Amino acid sequence: MSDGRIPQIGVVFPRTDALTKVSGEEKFAADYYGRDLVWAGVKRAGIPHARLTSLDVDQARLVPGVIAVLTHRDIPGENRQGVVRKDQPVLVDDKVRHAGDALALVLAESKPALAAALNSIRCELEPLPGVFDPEQALAEGAPLVHEDNPGGNLLLKAEVKTGETESAWEECAAVIEACFETPHQEHCFLETESGWAKVESDGKIVIVASTQTPFRDRTEVAQVLGRDHTGIRVIAPYAGGAFGGKDGISVQSLLALAALHSQSRPVKMWWDREESFSAGTKRHPARMYYRLGAKADGTLHAVEVRLYLDTGPYDHLGGAVMTQAVEHSGGPYRIPHAWLRGWSVYTNNPIGGAFRGFGVAQVTAAMEQMMDLLAVKLDLDPIQLRLKNAIRRGDKNCVGVTLTGSAGLSECLEKMAEHPGWQERQTWIRAAGPLKRRGVGLAAVMQAVGYGPFVPDVANAKVELTLEGKIRVYSGVVDMGQGNAATNLQIAGSILSQTPAQMELILPDTDRTLPSGSASASRCTYTFGNALIGAAQALKDRILQRSADLLMAAGPDELVLVSGLVRRVTTGQEIPLAVLAKWLTDAERIAVYRFRAPVAQERPAKDDQVRLHGLPHCIFSYGAHLAMVEVDELTGAVEVKGYLAITDSGRVLNPQTYEQQIHGGIVQGLGYALSEDFRVTDGLIQTSDLATYIIPTAMDVPDMLSIPVEINEPTGPFGLKGVGEVAMNGPLPAVANAVAAACGKRCYSFPLTSERVLQVMTAS
Amino acid sequence: MKINFVLNGREIELTVPSDIRVVDLLREELDLTGTKESCGSGECGACTILVDGQSRLSCLMLAAQLQGREVTTIEGLAGDKGRHPVQEAFVSAGAVQCGFCTPGMVLAAVDLLERRPDPSRSEIREGLSGNLCRCTGYQKIVDAVEMAVHREEG
Repeated sequence: MSDGRIPQIGVVFPRTDALTKVSGEEKFAADYYGRDLVWAGVKRAGIPHARLTSLDVDQARLVPGVIAVLTHRDIPGENRQGVVRKDQPVLVDDKVRHAGDALALVLAESKPALAAALNSIRCELEPLPGVFDPEQALAEGAPLVHEDNPGGNLLLKAEVKTGETESAWEECAAVIEACFETPHQEHCFLETESGWAKVESDGKIVIVASTQTPFRDRTEVAQVLGRDHTGIRVIAPYAGGAFGGKDGISVQSLLALAALHSQSRPVKMWWDREESFSAGTKRHPARMYYRLGAKADGTLHAVEVRLYLDTGPYDHLGGAVMTQAVEHSGGPYRIPHAWLRGWSVYTNNPIGGAFRGFGVAQVTAAMEQMMDLLAVKLDLDPIQLRLKNAIRRGDKNCVGVTLTGSAGLSECLEKMAEHPGWQERQTWIRAAGPLKRRGVGLAAVMQAVGYGPFVPDVANAKVELTLEGKIRVYSGVVDMGQGNAATNLQIAGSILSQTPAQMELILPDTDRTLPSGSASASRCTYTFGNALIGAAQALKDRILQRSADLLMAAGPDELVLVSGLVRRVTTGQEIPLAVLAKWLTDAERIAVYRFRAPVAQERPAKDDQVRLHGLPHCIFSYGAHLAMVEVDELTGAVEVKGYLAITDSGRVLNPQTYEQQIHGGIVQGLGYALSEDFRVTDGLIQTSDLATYIIPTAMDVPDMLSIPVEINEPTGPFGLKGVGEVAMNGPLPAVANAVAAACGKRCYSFPLTSERVLQVMTAS
Repeated sequence: MKINFVLNGREIELTVPSDIRVVDLLREELDLTGTKESCGSGECGACTILVDGQSRLSCLMLAAQLQGREVTTIEGLAGDKGRHPVQEAFVSAGAVQCGFCTPGMVLAAVDLLERRPDPSRSEIREGLSGNLCRCTGYQKIVDAVEMAVHREEG
């Protein structure tokens, strides 16, 4: 509870945001309305590839209650947006590239008027042949998604080669080859894309959005509007889930455009679930060709990987996701000879984008099944095989980068090997009931922390002593549910010795907080936490020094900061912070600190574009996962009966929020492994709602056990590494390995729905 | 049309369009945005409210169905002594992450405990299976409901 205790590092600090969320008071972006509200909505294409020949909005303008109908002609600036390559129109001007493309923007007095107007828009679309498979898209003569892209349908290729991959295969005692396919995954955050905007009396456009990237959004909106970014303010309240799906523009540019036509009335846009599915981003589907070779004793010797990632019609973060997939494709192991290639490819499918794991969930699914296939072939214990090859500090990883940060994979695997879940697995497997088969499977996981070498992974923290004597923490990175806002209070409170009641929190706001990058890449607390420690320490030093001056003490050594006041321990004199604050100038009451995450110095890829897209990293979190599954012989249904995750993400600041991330990642991963069967046929989504796209409910998942291996990361805030993503990567391969162990046969495409498992189980 | 009902302990009379959904009435007309909408089709439970003490999906109800009923939204759950034991337990157990499913989940848990005051973990899981959460993996939510049972007993 937010009681009178000063927060400390390493013990549970209950999240302050839980109090306002549990009472319904907390205002999300979707909760903004206001007097004279205008509703904004979008007409979507509904077909995956077509030339736009005409767009007739006259009828729509006549619908009673309609305020404005806008098309690409109404965009004052650049009608292209995107995080890296700007290839996505705000409103289609030449052609439709996926079924969720936006054609027109409507402003109306009410939701019924909005719906009627959207239905009255007439567009002539001349259908074009589409391309829906990444390998086919690269073939000669394939329809082009972007005629102006120099690489045709190839957005980006990444390649890394180490050692002698031509001759190394002859030196292997065992070689395994396989191809794995993983599907789209939909984020399914509970708060669908939403926002609210208004032009203030000074002309500034204020946008409240459910976003992970307020500062980057501001830049992108400014370009679309052809304005200076100082005329735009983006406010990011707590997001109702994001998981990568709000990394970049969704409603922001459309809302800003609408606000310019709403006569200073507030405008609201809130995508419904179907629109969220069709227009939002997804985890990239991947086809992954693997070849893995080892010596007879299990020492990994060579790996060759080809990855095809379907980015849909727009880059979004497709190049970066593919690059990160390549970097992690050899797993957390020493492999001296590696040839790793990836292609990020344009298609007319839904848009691929960031999703917890960021390419790593896909390649871990493949590589960890390769490890089990190898263990079977060489008749080795799967934990011992992984332990033998586990990457350690000082080793080179699969892209040839020397690991300088902490690396606890061996410790995770050793703990796993001793655990009853592994030790007693044969007894558990034998106890399967009639018509049930049981299996236990493993996966070793890793996840890079931060942006990589090129895009500066920077945070700017700001802490203020208010005139009321409170400590105000300006959170620079969005809290989308992961709890970093409360962790910021915990960090600042522990350094400045203030109870939660003595502190205030400002959520990300481009006018108030300082740019600190996106809420992504397992970086939120790593990067911002480091900056915050610097700012809080600077403010503490100033408070003590100025108190010493006021009390005419010899120096700050005689003083201590406690909640709400400074005490001179040698005399018992006390200065309340509210009094001290009035002795400081406004500038003195504020401390700021900038931190930039360290970067790897190696350049494993010859192509500078690959480095620009984030390869390589130098800090990684690790883990070992174990899944206990039971397969129904009659239906093929897979039930996960037990799950264990042992994780090295450095020191744990708050055991409760840490465990929240592990649990949440596991269950999202179990959905990816078993039930989230996102189906797209010729660019059209067949699973367009939560009745057909099945995410786990409370009944579909077991109680999980999470064990931290707390190894100090020297560069981390209090020794921490990021924990937001790493758990997502384990469930699919661990479950797949368990199912393969139970059935004696393996599926190579996912998720493992009962139909798929039954088919494989009963195939002769 | 005119409707009368008790909202969070207070009798109210409203003139509303006959086709307005309860979730829109609460959020847009009455400023009770604690009731969330996430799917609009009865799949996710985010819009859960209590009607005569039973959990109901406000996205599948029309305002007329509230006539003469007693409605509790998340804003009305706390009593004179502060937060409801289930709310308290959600905070302590770490059952809240992004928080968008939380109001519906809390109300579903309150309803469950009314019907079954001492549920097993699997009964809790079953009782909450109409409410989706994408953040927590549900374990701490189940922990919270167990904790609320013991607090109420204590």
